[in-house]
Amino acid sequence: MQNNAAEKPNVLRVADATMQFGGVVALNNLNMDVNKGEIVGLIGPNGAGKTTAFNVITGVYPPTNGAIYLHGEMIVSNYPQGKMKELYAGENRGKYTKAKVLTPDKITKMKVARTFQNIRLFKELTVYENVLIAQHVKLKANWFTATLKINHKEEKAMRDETMRLLSILDLADVKDAVASSLPYGKQRHIEIARALATEPAMLLLDEPAAGMNPQESDELMRFVGRIRDDFQLSILMIEHHMQVVMGICERIYVLDYGKLIAQGTPKEIQKDPKVIEAYLGVDD
Amino acid sequence: MPMDFQYKKLSKKTKMILTILLVLGCVVLTYMLDQGMIGTSYTIRIVRISVIYALIGVSMNLVNGFTGVFSLGQAGFMAIGAYSVGVFTIPFESRANVYYLVPMSEKIVNVELSFATALIMGGLLAAAFAALIGAPVLRLKSDYLAIATLGFSEIVRALIANNQLWPITNGSLGLKSIPGYESLFTPVLISAAGIAFMVLLINSSYGRAFKAIREDEIAAEAMGINLFKHKEMSFVISAFFAGIGGGLLAVHLTAIDTNQFKIMVTYELLLIIVLGGLGSVTGTVISAFVISFGKELLRWFDLPHYIGGWAIPIFRPGLRMVIFSLLLMMVVLFWRRGLMGRKEFSWDGIYNFFRKWPWRWRKLVRGEYKIENRERRKTQKEGRAVDKAGRAAGRAVRREEKQKQKEVDSNAE
Repeated sequence: MQNNAAEKPNVLRVADATMQFGGVVALNNLNMDVNKGEIVGLIGPNGAGKTTAFNVITGVYPPTNGAIYLHGEMIVSNYPQGKMKELYAGENRGKYTKAKVLTPDKITKMKVARTFQNIRLFKELTVYENVLIAQHVKLKANWFTATLKINHKEEKAMRDETMRLLSILDLADVKDAVASSLPYGKQRHIEIARALATEPAMLLLDEPAAGMNPQESDELMRFVGRIRDDFQLSILMIEHHMQVVMGICERIYVLDYGKLIAQGTPKEIQKDPKVIEAYLGVDD
Repeated sequence: MPMDFQYKKLSKKTKMILTILLVLGCVVLTYMLDQGMIGTSYTIRIVRISVIYALIGVSMNLVNGFTGVFSLGQAGFMAIGAYSVGVFTIPFESRANVYYLVPMSEKIVNVELSFATALIMGGLLAAAFAALIGAPVLRLKSDYLAIATLGFSEIVRALIANNQLWPITNGSLGLKSIPGYESLFTPVLISAAGIAFMVLLINSSYGRAFKAIREDEIAAEAMGINLFKHKEMSFVISAFFAGIGGGLLAVHLTAIDTNQFKIMVTYELLLIIVLGGLGSVTGTVISAFVISFGKELLRWFDLPHYIGGWAIPIFRPGLRMVIFSLLLMMVVLFWRRGLMGRKEFSWDGIYNFFRKWPWRWRKLVRGEYKIENRERRKTQKEGRAVDKAGRAAGRAVRREEKQKQKEVDSNAE
């Protein structure tokens, strides 16, 4: 496994990321790597800090301490400042001395796209518009030329690309449907399609199989594998369905109480006593 | 005979012809009004105010309805536009008359701009002011933002009436002798051009980004849309057109003072866009006309009315506004999405609306609505019965558990 990781270039690296809200350390010293073409799982019991990790990576909030690298380049870094100086209860104090914070839109521009745990589609817009909007990030024209349709070539390219994407993902038949009117599983697909429209290199999926029956999650598993190959993605996903995680992920990170308790291949994780303890508890 | 109604689309050609006919109709109507063939000068005044309010309404809808930013600063931007048109278009010979208390500042007393230049300057000044206040204000959310913008619009009004600015704005005395419109076409064309520009903007990629922000800010940001940049863009463009609209209003009124740009104006505009539908341009235009004409019709309530020589006490000046407020309340309560909702006017929509009637009529005659309603009521009733049974079962289970717990407790004792 170690050899394998060395062969593939690193895409995302989370280094010593700690996120503290007031006195609560939601994420404690998380170290994580995602290499090119990998599907990596992030699991853990409820409240373990999985979504916090996602929010830190995508810039929803900056880490209290730690850094995030993309393709080996540091994009976010922070250290405890202000009130946090005294409150900070995490590790590696003083290791990071540079504060560099990016907003989510800037991180998306660096080709990191995400989906949300509770679907966040543009509910009253059509599927087509949902995907088309996501292409706005690539737009070169300014508002004036866009208004006067001087960029009609670019606009047409955007629309064509949207149609292409929708037909690849088998969503062309529902393109004019209002997003919120569609069944749950379909909405998940649309959210992934929308994320893909930003042309990411790194895709973060937050519980893509939540609320799905075994058949639907099976289908989703194949879908995720397919888009990884078709779009040359690296994928990091949070998932509770063990069937999905064990079936598709090449490596798995396990979080509990904000701390990384295990990492490795699905087989290793299944046998890991710490993981079993976190999930099932042990007799006293 | 088809049982179910089928939505049919018109061909592109038909739509094009219909659109051209509509535009031609509007032009002919404007021409006839302008030449005094139909209507009176009173009608022309109402049409003028309607088109001006349509422009400002659409500009407000751009921010409130399309970007989802609840801004109430429109009156302030209008005041900026109105005053820059007013100050610079008053002819030289009338200036001494207008500025009779404090003479006009020497720097601008010899500057007279053409209407077009002054209008664009007014728009740009309003936009610049919006850009300035946008930086702090747009970082707020919902009602806080509304209050902040409301405050800034009052600040504008207070600044214009301020002592130090008397040599420029003539303070609380207001401006008069602004040359009025020579033709009805001027406001109609300017307003149409402004609205057309905003429609194009809304249909562009940036307009879609605005809508994304309205739908879900967090998702929009995750899709790479810079929230502040886009909100500021929509806010500034909206202020530009509000300034233009204010300038048009100044020329329409020929005499302005700061009291004409009180909060009430913003509320009136809010009524227009809510009634028309937040997020619908055509709805705003239609409702601007409906409200402007309706307000004139409502003047009936301001006049005294008598029953056999006895004046009914509630009919007095001001009742009109009471009715107006009631209207707004009714719209908000019963017709939340306004006339058009978020839909736009389309020929297909009109065509199918009328095609639907015979079908509806058939359904009515055959009593199909009755059957549908009966079935709906039946399922609802069944649903309620199931709910009731479920609740009863739940209660029974809980009671049993309690009983068991009690037994366990007593055994333990």
